[in-house]
Amino acid sequence: MSPTSTPHGAAGLRAKDSKPTPAKGPMAKAGGIANWVDERSGAAKASTLLRKVFPDHWSFMLGEIAMFSLVILLITGTFLTFWFVPSAGTVIYNGSYVPLKGISMSEAFKSTVDISFDVRGGLIIRQIHHWSALMFTVSIMVHMLRVFFTGAFRKPREVNWVIGTLLSLLAINEGFTGYSLPDDLLSGTGLRAAEGFMQSVPVIGSYLAYAVFDGAFPGEAIIPRLFTVHVLLLPAIIVGLFTAHIVLVAVHKHTQYPGPGRTNDNVVGFPMMPVYMAKAGGFFFIVFGITALMAALVTINPIWLYGPYEPSAVTAGAQPDWYMGFADGALRLFPGFTEYELFGFTLSLNVFIPSLVVMPLLYGIAGAYPFIEAWVTGDKREHHLLDRPRNAPTRTGLGVMALSFYLILFLAAGNDLIAIKLSLSINDITRAFQIMLIVVPPLAYWVTKRICLSLQRRDRDLVLHGRETGRLVRTADGKFFEVHEPLPEHERWALVQHETPTPLQLTAGVDANGVRRSGGLKERLRGKVSNFYFAEGVQPVTPAELTAAHHNGAAGEAIAPGRDADAPVWVGQLHGGADERPSADAYARHENARKDEVDP
Amino acid sequence: MNDENMVNDKNTMNDHGTQPAKAQASQSVEELPGHHGRGDIEQSRGRLPERFANPGLPPHVHRLADFDEKAASRAERQVATLFSISMLATLAFLVAYFAIDQETYAFVPGIGQANLSNLVLGLTLGLSLLCIGLGAVHWAKTLMPDIEVAEDRHPQRSSDEARGRAVETVMAGGDASQLARRPLIKYTLGGALGLFALPLVVQVAGGLGPMPKADLSTTFWRKGMRLMRDSSVPTPIKASDVTIGSVFHVMPEGIEKSEHLLEEKGKAAVVLMRLEPNLIKVAKEREWGHEGIVAYSKICTHVGCPVGLYEQQTHHLLCPCHQSTFDVTQDCEVIFGPAKRALPQLKITIDSEGYLVADSPFREAVGPSFWERG
Repeated sequence: MSPTSTPHGAAGLRAKDSKPTPAKGPMAKAGGIANWVDERSGAAKASTLLRKVFPDHWSFMLGEIAMFSLVILLITGTFLTFWFVPSAGTVIYNGSYVPLKGISMSEAFKSTVDISFDVRGGLIIRQIHHWSALMFTVSIMVHMLRVFFTGAFRKPREVNWVIGTLLSLLAINEGFTGYSLPDDLLSGTGLRAAEGFMQSVPVIGSYLAYAVFDGAFPGEAIIPRLFTVHVLLLPAIIVGLFTAHIVLVAVHKHTQYPGPGRTNDNVVGFPMMPVYMAKAGGFFFIVFGITALMAALVTINPIWLYGPYEPSAVTAGAQPDWYMGFADGALRLFPGFTEYELFGFTLSLNVFIPSLVVMPLLYGIAGAYPFIEAWVTGDKREHHLLDRPRNAPTRTGLGVMALSFYLILFLAAGNDLIAIKLSLSINDITRAFQIMLIVVPPLAYWVTKRICLSLQRRDRDLVLHGRETGRLVRTADGKFFEVHEPLPEHERWALVQHETPTPLQLTAGVDANGVRRSGGLKERLRGKVSNFYFAEGVQPVTPAELTAAHHNGAAGEAIAPGRDADAPVWVGQLHGGADERPSADAYARHENARKDEVDP
Repeated sequence: MNDENMVNDKNTMNDHGTQPAKAQASQSVEELPGHHGRGDIEQSRGRLPERFANPGLPPHVHRLADFDEKAASRAERQVATLFSISMLATLAFLVAYFAIDQETYAFVPGIGQANLSNLVLGLTLGLSLLCIGLGAVHWAKTLMPDIEVAEDRHPQRSSDEARGRAVETVMAGGDASQLARRPLIKYTLGGALGLFALPLVVQVAGGLGPMPKADLSTTFWRKGMRLMRDSSVPTPIKASDVTIGSVFHVMPEGIEKSEHLLEEKGKAAVVLMRLEPNLIKVAKEREWGHEGIVAYSKICTHVGCPVGLYEQQTHHLLCPCHQSTFDVTQDCEVIFGPAKRALPQLKITIDSEGYLVADSPFREAVGPSFWERG
């Protein structure tokens, strides 16, 4: 709008107003509404968002599942608050579920049983809510793995990775506060344990526990307090952080997998309007629909079978929801001898570390990882092209190492179930898990890294020698060889586009006068870590190597650089070459080449 | 980070060796030198570039529905069918909501007895939602444009001018506020902002709960209290009722009249067992018991779950939460699992009528460890 004033009065001002060409039919009304909105908000300026391009890949839908599950949780959770009574006040049950009749229980438990049996359709909402919570946490976790293994956390997305890590941590705690609310025997036992965790905090433990529970466990305060945390405090933080998360995705534009036509400077995919609107919108209904089907077919958390909480009762096979499994497993594995008595005080590390240190520590390491890797690589560029996990062998190895650590803790939370199902000794299983927790992660790192390096070499092999066609050709002088078909250019690109960093080379830690540089220690450490990361890098095939392979009929594969530079040169297997050049010629060259290849 | 100390021996690499997608695909490696892309910069080995060049988007393969009107209308019908199924499922939900009684159960193969209302409501709701989703996705995949488009990215970093303007604005604002020139305001503002949250923090932290005092170290048990069966109708236990190998879950006499029932139960729960006296290896355990009958706190010394499982053959008490195992023949020492301390023993004896009674309260705090438990 032009800010200049005209001397012709109001009519003159209006004369400059744009007059949209009147549309006919049903569009006229929509246009009228759009006009009304835009004149009051300028919303049309934001319509570029509708043209925003999103790349397509199944793994990008993991985060979407989390987002949609959050929406489902907010909808069904709001419904549940209409009937749930967050109170520990005691009542005698007299509802329609016969086995519980006449039993004394908290109002929280009674109202949950009522939702399940007396509110029409209440059970389906409750079950959707609980199933959706499991979907939410699992999709966040798998989404995190996708982001980690593809290196999507690199600049400029480090902060969004940290936000995501926080969201993941908050989500599992939101889950814990949620399943503790019904005040049934199982979740009450979980709260009992949580109170034990708080007591174990050095110095202030008992004060902390009494503050949280407003006195002795269980007290009457914890249910209403958990309710506020579960329906107000944590959801508000989660929705706020999620909004920041998604805004940053829009600002950064989505990462994409490498491929022909995809570069670090573009994003290739489909526009928001109409394709993503339909796909993502449709996907919301698919996620909701599948969650509803699960809620219809598979009972979850049948609290009426557990009964109300009773401090002196317990059920065997007491497992938390899956996302708290790793913390429970840590509690089961952490050895008891780590409780100490010092000067009359009790330091209960056997509880404090696994219950209250492990979780923030694991998430803290995850949150810090992008900064650690950026420090090691010294890479200050923006990265919008994802890594194939094999092309970052050390990162992938470290990721699998962390994952195996997590999985062993998770499995350890089911040591009693495993013992029963497999008829094994619970003691043996627990010991085995304790040993595995130390032995398996480094092993997983090493094996994963070797697999990644092998896959990279296989990629090189494929690029250099093409696909085996199965066609055997006999040359004039009686030699046999198999014809290999070279990769089409568009397929080849995905295998050669990446870069493999080389370890940072340390210049002398002293300057010209023999004086030690300041910060030399830190730099030496950085050089060492860089060596750990990149010493075994497998470089992608270069055009020169490919040409050499074609001309020679075999390529000398000095896998530069680093340690492998010293590795024996291995000679590619016999193959036909791209253009089926006279094979005698190729072999003549090949024989000669063998002697020359040693010199890179 | 002092990058000058480091030499990256691959300093000639570009950003992933990429070039704009719009560039024409080169046909083979041999043609690359004539090719105009970023790859050209890096010709170091004779005629060949150091890295491959991005070949650009591959040729688009059209779908059947793009050129065959028949296939397109088939897709249209499929989408419409899915949407129609959704409508029918929604109607079915509404009918089922009113028609199916809440207390009807039906046998479903593979599931067993299931609440019919929940099953039908969930299935129809799920189907109604799922078919909308499947229809929309099918529509997008068959009929909406599937030609990929490329959008340019721009570095996150603002241009130097924009940065300059931002710095200017902030500096000018700072100057205008005279913050730097008037230190009195600066320091008092800092102090005020640093302190203002304290009342809120103190209020909430101070009001959350009482001080524990000796609460965690004491239980409902007093000398002379009878051991009662832990049930809705508590009854006292005669020593003669406790046969070898049996186990009783016990509460103190009169606990049901306690003002804080659950809190007291959470600390006072006791498990009572009878062993052959010669099996008991610890003299104190024998002394504190009565003819092989011993009473121990049922609250696990790990994180406080009730130690609910008693193995008669081995005389082990097992906590089902984290599998801490206590040996009753050895004064309930921990023989396995994450707990450290033995379960506290309750000293018992019999009264004149032969009922088991507590001979003293617990001599130490029961339940999970805490700093000042001593």
